[in-house]
Amino acid sequence: MSTQNQQSATEDLTLVQAVRDGLYGEMERSEDVIVMGEDVGKNGGVFRATEGLYEEFGGDRVIDTPLAESGIVGTAIGMAAYGLRPVPEIQFMGFIYPAFDQIVSHAARLRTRSRGRFSCPMVVRAPYGGGIRAPEHHSESKEAFFVHEPGLKVVVPSTPTDAKGLLASAIRDPDPVVFLEPKLIYRAFREEVADDTYTTPLGEAAVRREGSDVSVFTWGAMAYRTLEAAEELAGEIDVEVVDLRTLSPLDTDTIVESFKKTGRGAVVHEAPKTGGLAGEITATIQEEALLYQEAPIKRITGFDTPFPLYALEDYYLPEATRIADGIRDVVNY
Amino acid sequence: MSTLQRDPDKRVQVLDEEGRVRDGATVPELEEDELIEMYREMKIGRHFDQRAVSLQRQGRMGTFPPMSGQEGAQVGSVHALAEDDWLIPSYREHAGVYSSGVELSETLRYWMGDERGNQMDGQPVFPSTVPIATQIPHATGMAWASKLKGEDRVFMCYFGDGATSEGDFHEGLNFAGVFDTPSVFFCNNNQWAISVPRERQTAAQTIAQKATAYGFEGVQVDGMDPLAVYQVTEAAVEKAREPTGEDRRPTLIEAVQYRFGAHTTADDPSVYRDDDEVEQWKRRDPIPRFEAYLRSEGLLDAERIDAITAEIESEVDDAITAAESTDRPDPSEMFEHVHSETPDRVADQREAFERLRDRHGDEELLE
Repeated sequence: MSTQNQQSATEDLTLVQAVRDGLYGEMERSEDVIVMGEDVGKNGGVFRATEGLYEEFGGDRVIDTPLAESGIVGTAIGMAAYGLRPVPEIQFMGFIYPAFDQIVSHAARLRTRSRGRFSCPMVVRAPYGGGIRAPEHHSESKEAFFVHEPGLKVVVPSTPTDAKGLLASAIRDPDPVVFLEPKLIYRAFREEVADDTYTTPLGEAAVRREGSDVSVFTWGAMAYRTLEAAEELAGEIDVEVVDLRTLSPLDTDTIVESFKKTGRGAVVHEAPKTGGLAGEITATIQEEALLYQEAPIKRITGFDTPFPLYALEDYYLPEATRIADGIRDVVNY
Repeated sequence: MSTLQRDPDKRVQVLDEEGRVRDGATVPELEEDELIEMYREMKIGRHFDQRAVSLQRQGRMGTFPPMSGQEGAQVGSVHALAEDDWLIPSYREHAGVYSSGVELSETLRYWMGDERGNQMDGQPVFPSTVPIATQIPHATGMAWASKLKGEDRVFMCYFGDGATSEGDFHEGLNFAGVFDTPSVFFCNNNQWAISVPRERQTAAQTIAQKATAYGFEGVQVDGMDPLAVYQVTEAAVEKAREPTGEDRRPTLIEAVQYRFGAHTTADDPSVYRDDDEVEQWKRRDPIPRFEAYLRSEGLLDAERIDAITAEIESEVDDAITAAESTDRPDPSEMFEHVHSETPDRVADQREAFERLRDRHGDEELLE
């Protein structure tokens, strides 16, 4: 623990500070954990997610790499196969594609193709999503690409507490994890986060708000906005908000249980609608709870257009009003 | 001047086409037993290759990538590694993988569609990699991790001439240079990436010279001369393990050689290259050359060659029998090893699949 952390049992942290705190704790816990990527060392990360780690753990464990996403992930795979626990950072999700081949062809398959001889305990961290007035290619939300790939886990925290706990679980997990950080809410709010290391289990959704009229399934920055919409609707509609937290493997039990209670559902994500996870969640509910269903499940999502430059991004991203409208449609069907 | 410190365009050679030591060449110091073992491994590589192609033609095996002509590069380079050093292969290095201790029956099982054959269990060999050049960053990462752990192992990565055009070649070698990893990058330049010739991969005069841009040495070697390959690889391995002076640890070796056969059994090379060219390269066939050298040194005679031939034929027979008599993987095996713990959805799908098999039986299901 840092001296700063020794002063109290909790600290008021933003989500990005909690990520940094989680990395710190795991690096202190195990020498095998190393952080690597562009600008993660001396600079402390373009979002400050690795701030101070270089000074604390040195250049052999907090590694500024050449500017090469496939090289970063590809060498991390070799390190992971050889017993380290690398945590490569991709600076923005929109730049992850050069590493896509390495993630899906190798990280995801290594355990299978070696019949369990090798595993790939690697966490690829990437800030994702829109809403921060960033240039082109800095706002993508392409979690579905990775959810589609067997052998990967995909995790998206939506609170500082979860960011630290889920990241710890991801780093300790024996398999590769794509850890997507909602940069829209990196600094949106603070939470009391325990100083000590702790884990939040992967594969478990969290019911953020209990309700009886409709279940809304969401994650990341959209969880925050969905809660805003739910508050807007309070008194009119009693909304249950389920934050999935892990997108692969999906917590089907919690999804189905919530839906059986309310009989109505919506999914909110900022990724485009077609081929997005809302379809998967809807199909899962159809398979598991058809007879409970009282209305079509609404998909409140980004549009099937390339993510616009920021002059228009507020229209693209679901916000509380659009989410509230969608929820009303489901309830008034 | 050491073996490595020379103009990358000047190819290292020890034997001429007839297997005679070239004027001024240094013959690497190898024990008699090791020389004979190298010869045996090259011979078995060739025989295995021919039998494997034949198995494919008979419908007993799927698509197979032959490697005849490339035995000298593979066997010569692996013999320069220490027992604990790692080999990160692509998919055409059946002789190199065998030299590293992997049974031929395992290689056959993999090409017979059984993933268990790619486990390479117990040997310092990484599973073979099909997507071109993607294993190069892995090899760099493994070498890097080993260096961070304070070990003194060397990691040799195989790839072809086509791979040098891929981004992962650049990124893997660039990281190796920057982080000074104990790496040997061994390019099996067999002149053809399926139908595209070496000249179409790069306008550079040699592949070896690309090393200069990464800040380490590159060397071109006659890849059909196992002694030259051994000599160059040994120097590269030694430098990777214990660099001296200002030298960076990694080396890029370009082993110039030729693929006598097709890219795979699904390919017809007569469409894109002339028989004359093939015949010209066959004059440099590593096996008769090396055999002639060993005979001239008094290490081989007709009797011993016959004995080795009989021995390897029997070993390949046994490998084929072993591979073909292994039970096919249980169908539910495909649901294993997806993750360390089987996720619920995968478990549900496995159960549904087993119910389907129980209901219909495999015969009806696969009709």
